[in-house]
Amino acid sequence: MLDKIHIAQRIAREIKNGQYINLGIGIPTLVANYIPDDLEVVLQSENGLLGIGPFPPEEEVDADLINAGKQTISMVKGSVLFNSAESFGMIRGGHVHLTILGAMEVSENGDIANWKIPGKMVKGMGGAMDLVASEAHIIVAMQHCSKDGKSKLLKQCTLPITGIKCVNKIVTDLAVLKVLPQGGFKLLERAPGVSVEEIQSKTEGRLVVEGDVPEMVF
Amino acid sequence: MINKTVSNADEAVKDITSNTVLMLGGFGLCGIPENCIKALLKKPLTGLTCISNNAGVDDFGIGLMLKQRMVKKMISSYVGENAEFERQLLSGELEVELIPQGTLAERTRAGGAGIPAFFTPAGVGTEVAEGKEMREFDGKLYILERWLKADFSLVKAWKGDTAGNLIFKGTARNFNPMMAAAGTVTIAEVEELVPAGELDPNQIHTPGIYVQRIFQGTAYEKRIEKRTVKS
Repeated sequence: MLDKIHIAQRIAREIKNGQYINLGIGIPTLVANYIPDDLEVVLQSENGLLGIGPFPPEEEVDADLINAGKQTISMVKGSVLFNSAESFGMIRGGHVHLTILGAMEVSENGDIANWKIPGKMVKGMGGAMDLVASEAHIIVAMQHCSKDGKSKLLKQCTLPITGIKCVNKIVTDLAVLKVLPQGGFKLLERAPGVSVEEIQSKTEGRLVVEGDVPEMVF
Repeated sequence: MINKTVSNADEAVKDITSNTVLMLGGFGLCGIPENCIKALLKKPLTGLTCISNNAGVDDFGIGLMLKQRMVKKMISSYVGENAEFERQLLSGELEVELIPQGTLAERTRAGGAGIPAFFTPAGVGTEVAEGKEMREFDGKLYILERWLKADFSLVKAWKGDTAGNLIFKGTARNFNPMMAAAGTVTIAEVEELVPAGELDPNQIHTPGIYVQRIFQGTAYEKRIEKRTVKS
């Protein structure tokens, strides 16, 4: 089983040189810590920044410089600031190559639900619907099962949908899976010590297993 | 050059009445029109419709307007940080329309740019698309979304001049430029107001044509929601 840090580390391996990337709140934010130093990538914040840097030292905290999670941040050299319409223009327009975000459920045809639980306080979708509707490669970071043990990889989402047929890859505490164009979760890698049988038993949607499935190495 | 200067926030908002539609710039508490909100709180307003990405927190920003029951309806993308908001929503006192953030930005941009509607992929297959016209372009489905406009837009900039030209700082720009253009009357509050001619025309983000009133704000708190520092 992977903890949050290891899920973030594993997702960081998906990043390619030259990519513009949007990281969601939670585990996706942690991915920034594990991007290999030899890659040149730019992190986008949908509130209007390309070039997110690390959290600032105390004396450089600026209320006018925050990320989409409302945390104070810094800018890297070569950063650029812009308004929200321009920001979502570059997202919908396919200029941001990779989006990494969390989810409550993913279906075997790539639908994602991550914004609303009926009966609970609705906070809003923020930028999630725009991000998943873009042409970007979408990677989901999430636990394989909910706290009450139910699979989050489903035939069909049960919660209100955020976007349809958009998820390309999923990294969970148990496995790395690819959503096949024709539907189904193809098992690519297992977490250390986790068997194909365990992943099968915790995946409600169609799991596709071909040949030996390698174990992740950290 | 036309002089847009008014003396302070109270004068700037003096003709805002109940039951009007307001746009308020800002993302979270970053780049919100603090002075205008404070001035509105002194007025006996009710029935306002507020278009703003967020709804403030309990003791700051639009949260203070909610506490005084000034707001009838919020149009936002994310409203998670406010207990009073939740209470009014659950009790039915407050109406809320949630819009994807990019759609909110583009609908506002469209309102200021004379584009009555446009097609976007955001929300296809979700409840956002319910009741809206859909159309296929090059094999992909899109939703028709309409423009947004306001009776008054309240925006916050870093620097401005007496002609209403605005320069923003950092991520405090966010929704402010589009809202400036989408308001029938746009009120800009700035941290530093200079005479026309002192700002470099190459560096201006929002042209003064969109701004009807401008004043230099005072006592900016610029609250930080999540103070994160290098460990």
